[in-house]
Amino acid sequence: MLDPRTGRLISQGRNMPKVTYIEHNGTPHSVDVPVGTSVMRGAVDNNIPGIDADCGGECACATCHVYVDAAWLPKIGLPEQGSQEGAMLSFAAVAQPDSRLSCQITMREDLDGLVVRMPEGQH
Amino acid sequence: MNAPVNAQAAACPVAATRGDPAANAWTIPLEQIDVSDPQLYQDDTWYPYFERLRREDPIHRCADSRYGPYWAITRYKDIMHVEVNHGTYSSASELGGIQIEEQPKGMERPSFIRMDPPKHDDQRKVVSPIVAPGNLANMEPLIRERTQRVLDELPRGEVFDWVDRVSIELTTMMLATLFDFPFEERRKLTYWSDVAICNVNAPDAPVHSEQERFAELKVMADVMAGLFAERQKGPRKFDLLSMLAHGTATREMPLREWMGTLGLLIVGGNDTTRNSMSGGLWALHHHPDEYRKLRENPALIPGMVSEIIRYVTPVIHMRRTATQDAEIDGRLIRQGDKVVMWYVSGNRDPEAIEEPDRFIIDRARPRQHLSFGFGVHRCVGNRLAELQLRILWEELLPRYPVIEVMGEPQRVYSNFIHGIRSLPVRIPA
Repeated sequence: MLDPRTGRLISQGRNMPKVTYIEHNGTPHSVDVPVGTSVMRGAVDNNIPGIDADCGGECACATCHVYVDAAWLPKIGLPEQGSQEGAMLSFAAVAQPDSRLSCQITMREDLDGLVVRMPEGQH
Repeated sequence: MNAPVNAQAAACPVAATRGDPAANAWTIPLEQIDVSDPQLYQDDTWYPYFERLRREDPIHRCADSRYGPYWAITRYKDIMHVEVNHGTYSSASELGGIQIEEQPKGMERPSFIRMDPPKHDDQRKVVSPIVAPGNLANMEPLIRERTQRVLDELPRGEVFDWVDRVSIELTTMMLATLFDFPFEERRKLTYWSDVAICNVNAPDAPVHSEQERFAELKVMADVMAGLFAERQKGPRKFDLLSMLAHGTATREMPLREWMGTLGLLIVGGNDTTRNSMSGGLWALHHHPDEYRKLRENPALIPGMVSEIIRYVTPVIHMRRTATQDAEIDGRLIRQGDKVVMWYVSGNRDPEAIEEPDRFIIDRARPRQHLSFGFGVHRCVGNRLAELQLRILWEELLPRYPVIEVMGEPQRVYSNFIHGIRSLPVRIPA
């Protein structure tokens, strides 16, 4: 089945992984994000505020910046040294050691339950 | 589309883009299309040339222009490719910098926009906190109060220049605050901005030679050096000069780099937003249905601000230089080649943006435009620019639901800054 809004295949399995996005003001949003879709896309497709994604997923702007919940950081990992993501993140105003660009995190089944927090602003 | 051939068009590449632009654009031999002619932007006749290039020759080799040979990159996706590959497509001043027209040898004024990582990164990070989200929130009340005052003082029932009374005034005040520059002398900043970026061949340019430009920018550098020295003695404060004075990567700069850095921050900090303030009103004037939609629903302002920035495209191009042989969409780019990303064209690319020639204030994805650039050189002040424009329209709509545009904008002779020099308007009495 295709999602009428995104045109993407919707997984029919019972195990559609969930992501919880927590806005800077603390408001949580839990939504299904299909395997293979980026965490950025999951937010944008569900109109979750706080992710701007100006470049549309090209790793070229750092406006889909999130902080990965500590419990999930080992599974998600950090950007590789010298990577484009690392370079872009280094310019984000409010970057922290747990910062990632959500367009570079691809949803997997074992990420079901992932929690990410939004920064004060996308820059 | 199939207009008669202009017999004179083939004579020379620069002249080829004159005459009836819409006709010429589709009939002159492709290899003669030269989109670097500043006249195209002053006359606002550039559209059909880029439309043809995007369709027929999107990675276009212009073999002969007043700036030498260059590649014109015209599609959104190819521009994005060049943007993110900064190792292959360098911004370095030594290779020619970021404009199709190079600064004369011995008068180059490097700054972090004309550098590659890592030095670029170190310097950029010194100044970027001034436009971080927390500081923007701090500045918002001040920007709003000033905007209210400037708008309240506008004349009613008489024609005035929107550019001078609104666009320049608001952005120059902002710039004076960012630099903590003596407020009463703030129009000096506007002047230096125009000096730094003007095309010296334009009749209305404030300077008419590169020597004259350098001399005036030296005056700016001296004035600012005095303020810099004072800030260096004091504690680090939240203004650009103090940040530069206390930044390890910026506190000791050779003269030309100091001139370049000031020029970058001054031009970047006001000229682009100025032209978006002017161009936005012009766009709404030309799209009365959108203007009506806006009046009926001011909640559309944030999306409209992004659409204004796309539609206006305040920076016409950015240039890079290939550091090695490379390929873009099958075309071989040689090491040393000048590669020019035409943002005006990418922002009108129908493959990336639906109905790109229409100004639509409630677009689905208004933020996806090229006006701020992408990659490591992406505009550092983008969110401040958006904030200033948002506040302008939030304050404008309830005061003056109707602004009458009384004549054509006078545009700037430049292939780099998409400027509006003046725009006559009237607020009904």
